[in-house]
Amino acid sequence: MLTISCSINDRPYELTIDPRASLLDMLRDQGLTSVKQGCGMGECGACTVLVDDVAVNACLYLATWVHGKRIRTVEGEVKNGQLSPVQQAYVDAGAVQCGFCTPGLIMTTTAFVEACRDKFRNPEDITPEDIRRAHAGNLCRCTGYDTIVQAVRQSLGQPASAQDLTKSSPP
Amino acid sequence: MYAFESYHRAQSLTEAVELLAANPFARPMAGGTDILVRLREGHKDYAKIVDIHGLPELEGITEDRGELRIGSGTTFAVLMASPLAARLAPVLIEAAGWVAGPQIRNTATIGGNICNGSACADSAAPLLILNAHLDLIGPEGKRMIPLRGFHLGPGRVELRQGEILRSVRVKPEPGQGQGLGTAYVKYSMRQAMDIATIGCGAGVRLRDGRPDGIVDELRLAFTVAAPTPVRCPSAEAAAMGLPLNEAIQAAVAALEQDVSPRTSWRAAGDFRMHIIRTLAGRMIRTAAERFAMHVAKHVAK
Repeated sequence: MLTISCSINDRPYELTIDPRASLLDMLRDQGLTSVKQGCGMGECGACTVLVDDVAVNACLYLATWVHGKRIRTVEGEVKNGQLSPVQQAYVDAGAVQCGFCTPGLIMTTTAFVEACRDKFRNPEDITPEDIRRAHAGNLCRCTGYDTIVQAVRQSLGQPASAQDLTKSSPP
Repeated sequence: MYAFESYHRAQSLTEAVELLAANPFARPMAGGTDILVRLREGHKDYAKIVDIHGLPELEGITEDRGELRIGSGTTFAVLMASPLAARLAPVLIEAAGWVAGPQIRNTATIGGNICNGSACADSAAPLLILNAHLDLIGPEGKRMIPLRGFHLGPGRVELRQGEILRSVRVKPEPGQGQGLGTAYVKYSMRQAMDIATIGCGAGVRLRDGRPDGIVDELRLAFTVAAPTPVRCPSAEAAAMGLPLNEAIQAAVAALEQDVSPRTSWRAAGDFRMHIIRTLAGRMIRTAAERFAMHVAKHVAK
């Protein structure tokens, strides 16, 4: 067993963990059940969380690797009872059906929106194709992705317009 | 829980080498995106682990007198964001963008991509085009070997007991970097999270810099076209000294001597051969166009 310290959703944790545990195992043991196990092999992205603001598949990541790092899951995106702008955009765009992929997608979108902002990318230069490429590691079997792309566009501050939606195949 | 039989976290590169030397069946694990999947599938070959994740000695992208040095623990996402790599090895950045999906690129390392011995490693074709070298360290010391010849067969590479890839080097040489037009493309059923059906990289140098000029040098490499990633000496030789269009025809005609695509559930051998020929033509042309464009820009200045 190994002892690690990390921050989860801005709260400090000291944890004794089995080196064989995945980050997914560890987070779910802490009650963070938004972290879903879909495929368990890095294909579907349902377990996506942010480690130091970088999106990773928690199923393919050892829990011990987060020692000294900052983890964010969808639970922590709600601040003072308010949904984050990305979460609100998913609601507004109707980008949720069964909801299993949603926590992972929201974390991927959150990392994408923050990275675009940090790189001073002009939101108007970001195409639906860029959005699809950035979300290619998350599978959704319900929505057909158009509403998800819409939610990401809203998160970036782009105007919502149905005619801009691409007709291209899922990422 | 992953089914490790033994697990050691190395605190330094020296310790990692010692641990690997002392545990003959142990494997080093950096990003884990291949090994953890195989463990989940129950492969016993991956049950003894020396964890080298995040070792500072394996990170960093630097330049030394024109030579690009990429730490083996560099993730594809970090590589893609490096202006240095974009300047000195643009074809490697182009290929990195084809690796799996964003989350995997945030974790998977270039060292793992090379050392797991896969015939479909997306970084292998561009690195073969760039005549990359591998900087290895083991119990018997350091050595530098060419990437070409490192892959011995499916899952087998020229790593000695206890040896770890420390960095990938792209040396400056005449006709390389800015002097070579390059291109890479991956053919797969899906554009993300899929293994290549065929990957193709090309490097071209034209005598007079015209888009239809004489081919002074061709470098052509494939993934999944043989049991290992390969360069194509016959096709490369066939193209030499010919105007671009004839060079492409000659290279494509000679390709069969360089590759041996297999039939699998993913694609039939003859279909793969068709893809190999098609991509070779396209990538040689794209690389030539980029070379000509670079020359035009250079002359204009």
